[in-house]
Amino acid sequence: MQHFKRIIRATVRWTWFGFLVLVAFGFLASGLSEGVRQKDKGKQDLSLASLEAGNASSEVVPPSLEPGTSNPDPGTSKNGQTTEINAAIARVNRHWKESIAAQGLQVAPLADWMTIGRRISLALVGSGMSLEEIRKLETLPEEVRNSRHLESLLVDGRFHDYWAERYTRFLVGTDDGPFVVYRRRRFRTWLADQFEANRRYDNLVRNLVTAEGLWTDRPEVNFLTVTYDSGGDKPDPIRLAARTSRAFLGLRIDCLQCHDDFLGNVSLGSVEAPREGVQQDFHQLAAFYTAAKANGLQGIRGGDVDYDYKYLHDDETTEVPALVPYSPELLPEKGDPRERLAAWITHPENRQAAKAAVNRIWALMFGRAVGDAVDDLPLGKPSTPMIEALTDEFVACGYDMRHLIRIIVGTDAFRIESRADFEVLNQHETSNAVFPVTRLRPEQTAGCVIQSARIKSVDESSSLVLQLMKFGTTNDFLRQYGDIGEDEFGNENVTISQRLVMLNGKMVGEHTENNPVMNASSHIGMFAADDTDAIEITYLSILNRYPNDTERQHFLNRFTSSGQRQKSIEDLCWILINSSEFSWNH
Amino acid sequence: MALMMNMQKHSLCNVNAHLSRRTLLGAGAGALMMSSIASRLALADEKGETDSAKPLSVILLWLEGGPSQLETFDPHAGTKYGGETKAIQTSVAGLEIADTLPQVAEQMHLAALIRSVTGKEGDHERAVYNIKTGYRPDPTLLHPSVGAVLCHASQGGADIPRHISILPGQSPGRGGYLGASYDAFKIGDPIGSVPDIRKRVDEDRYQQRVADLFDVAEKEFARGRLKDMERTRTLHSTATNAAMRMMSSEQLSAFDVNEEPKAVRDAFGDTAFGRGCLAATRLIEVGVRCVEVTLGGWDSHAANHTLQLAGCKTLDPALAALLQRLKERDRLKSTLVICGGEFGRTPSINPAAGRDHWPHGFSILFAGANIRAGAVYGETAAEPKLDQAKPLEDVANAVGIEDVHATILSALGVDFTEELITPIGRPLKRSEGKPIEALLA
Repeated sequence: MQHFKRIIRATVRWTWFGFLVLVAFGFLASGLSEGVRQKDKGKQDLSLASLEAGNASSEVVPPSLEPGTSNPDPGTSKNGQTTEINAAIARVNRHWKESIAAQGLQVAPLADWMTIGRRISLALVGSGMSLEEIRKLETLPEEVRNSRHLESLLVDGRFHDYWAERYTRFLVGTDDGPFVVYRRRRFRTWLADQFEANRRYDNLVRNLVTAEGLWTDRPEVNFLTVTYDSGGDKPDPIRLAARTSRAFLGLRIDCLQCHDDFLGNVSLGSVEAPREGVQQDFHQLAAFYTAAKANGLQGIRGGDVDYDYKYLHDDETTEVPALVPYSPELLPEKGDPRERLAAWITHPENRQAAKAAVNRIWALMFGRAVGDAVDDLPLGKPSTPMIEALTDEFVACGYDMRHLIRIIVGTDAFRIESRADFEVLNQHETSNAVFPVTRLRPEQTAGCVIQSARIKSVDESSSLVLQLMKFGTTNDFLRQYGDIGEDEFGNENVTISQRLVMLNGKMVGEHTENNPVMNASSHIGMFAADDTDAIEITYLSILNRYPNDTERQHFLNRFTSSGQRQKSIEDLCWILINSSEFSWNH
Repeated sequence: MALMMNMQKHSLCNVNAHLSRRTLLGAGAGALMMSSIASRLALADEKGETDSAKPLSVILLWLEGGPSQLETFDPHAGTKYGGETKAIQTSVAGLEIADTLPQVAEQMHLAALIRSVTGKEGDHERAVYNIKTGYRPDPTLLHPSVGAVLCHASQGGADIPRHISILPGQSPGRGGYLGASYDAFKIGDPIGSVPDIRKRVDEDRYQQRVADLFDVAEKEFARGRLKDMERTRTLHSTATNAAMRMMSSEQLSAFDVNEEPKAVRDAFGDTAFGRGCLAATRLIEVGVRCVEVTLGGWDSHAANHTLQLAGCKTLDPALAALLQRLKERDRLKSTLVICGGEFGRTPSINPAAGRDHWPHGFSILFAGANIRAGAVYGETAAEPKLDQAKPLEDVANAVGIEDVHATILSALGVDFTEELITPIGRPLKRSEGKPIEALLA
């Protein structure tokens, strides 16, 4: 009897152990983490809704606008929101058309839905569409595919994480920063949470400028503590003033730190009648941040302005008051200095600040900013009619970033082709008469290679192993390929080393070679009905489009002459990944 | 003052070495089985090409982490702050350096020292940026490092990248506002192959891939898009061609230190850094303008003497052999050697027997080009007061980081006062410092 009991106990133990091993394996290899996060759940529901909503007729249909999911201003009905967005798009389009007509330019035709879908994916999640996404969207009426895709991505964790990294770069930079008192990763995660919750942009800015507490407990505090290394173990008002002017105001006033403007590059004082910037403009802005006091283990605490500075031609230091560089009438007279500054930046009439936010989002959507740089919008000088119109919409909708993204995606400027049957000149691109051709940033290139090698979307519902591989592969790739740091919209030339990485590098090689477990190239080889099918699927996975007749026939001939379908698919993958079309947003 | 528009020169396109794609394809894999470069270099010597009008180059031995001046080039043996290090006589009368560098001591007649470099950055990242670019970090602008400035100032040269970082560490040279095309090409230990230079498939298959890339994929993308897109925007095919030119270039063998006799390799030390230094001497002979070789491990907040000694053990044979080889091959006059880190270390020793970051008086070694051999500039006090409010009181003839850069550019014959128009529309001098005339020959 005892012996029998022992056998039973051992059997139960080993069964339990085996079950745990199986669960662990399943978790690691099969993506059982799917649906753990709320945002993934939202995405799945949305995908399902998308598939069922075959009768939708409007291009911009935002199903994620249900209260509590994305609308920062709950209470407006879904239909009301749709109408509002469509009306906003129409207004922006009107400005766009007038501008194009005034310049006498021809306009490119509208692009097909896949081209637009790729642009949306590149902008929001940093990679092209997956074959899984394309196939799902193809089951919907063509006129709703892009809006469904957009809505799906807006509640996708990939979007929140990807934009969190983009915003982290211009808010705190890319350096590791001071040891102990700065946690870049926590800051980025906090930002991702803000994007997931669709926090209003003005609230986001207010949180950053007025942050208090410990950098670990209150991640937004890292916006201030990243400057500890140059500030002498306390927030550095100089760096924070420079950061504030560039990130929140779209003004480059850094040179005023040392001298008055003598080149006519910096206009300040008044929006209506700007004057040349002076040193005081910079340091008075910096003075607000002297109210952020380092308080040992309690982190940042509020205090009084306490700033003395010796200006260039002065013999003695001067007590510097906290004042803003333009529109002083918008600055509250009383209150905590940083609260006053935040209120001024986010004041609905501070159009310069709103325009800076719009230009940033525009740059992320188009791959390049309007004007010379994303953070250089001269005060008092109108931007393009579209940016001005979008700024109106952004302020009117209560600084809702998703609302702004929806409007931008719905505009004709975003939806037109990057090619035309007339001669395309630079002027057509700068005036948005064609969609601009912009180079993918390094992490977008990595994201596109990784995604193109998988049939399913590589997201938070993917297996842990795959996510870890993506993380490691991306880091390795960036180390070799080079990361462009904070200045993400420079469109620098491609380098020889970067081409070598793509031509012969490990990542492209491993993601295109025959690997029946992981790679799309093998899956296509195994499951495509015939060579034509294999070529089409490869094009869809990598370039997010079908091949044209010439391309199809050319590669069919290649497949036939080689007689080895798998090798031919690998070759095709390599060719497409190394093409300009893959490396540039269009 | 000269004002030059910083046009983004497309340095990818080397007209002298322009080969058609077909020619490149025809070169094939055989080109990678390169003959020894030694014969080519010998031929150059016979022609007298090494004697005059050689373009000036830089070899930067980058000591990442902050080497201690007291354990390297500025010992104060026997003083309160001198630590365990002893001083030894060098080949320059009256000049002593630390006993951790005995081989370098024998070559000091070829070199010069600044012992009074002072900076304003005590954090690694910021100090590295400062000393590699000559400018303090500025959120509005990414400044170029010395190698990028040099490559920008004089175009043309090699099939292989002209700015190379061996064992790149945390901060390889950047092109900054001059553009990513001036970024350093990064490689690891020269005992291995150059990264991503080998094709992953056989030659015939590769040729067919490339042919389809150009004839099908690129043609389709160009159709109907921006006029002159390749030349004025993407440079994609141009860069691809340049990469393939590099893949089949004979100059690639300059990376391969195994071509050198064992005795030569041994002289540099059996370390990655030593091999990097040897590769650097070979690379400048084929037209590379700047090679930086990184040696880490100098951040000695604890056990300072042990860590510095370990670093010097690697540095000593490599630096000494490098100077000797450049001299023997008549390359010292056309090559500026710089050896230093982002800052020095505190005179005082902390409770963990370490020294902390110290930007207020540290040393940099120079040699070659137009540097006055055997010179020493500046001095740190043997018994410093260490008054935090006046750290420069312990330094004679203090030299700012910007002055170090002005000196470097002057030695290289680059007009450091020339202003470039940066992408933000602001004219900026290559360096805002003043050269140390006493160091220039």
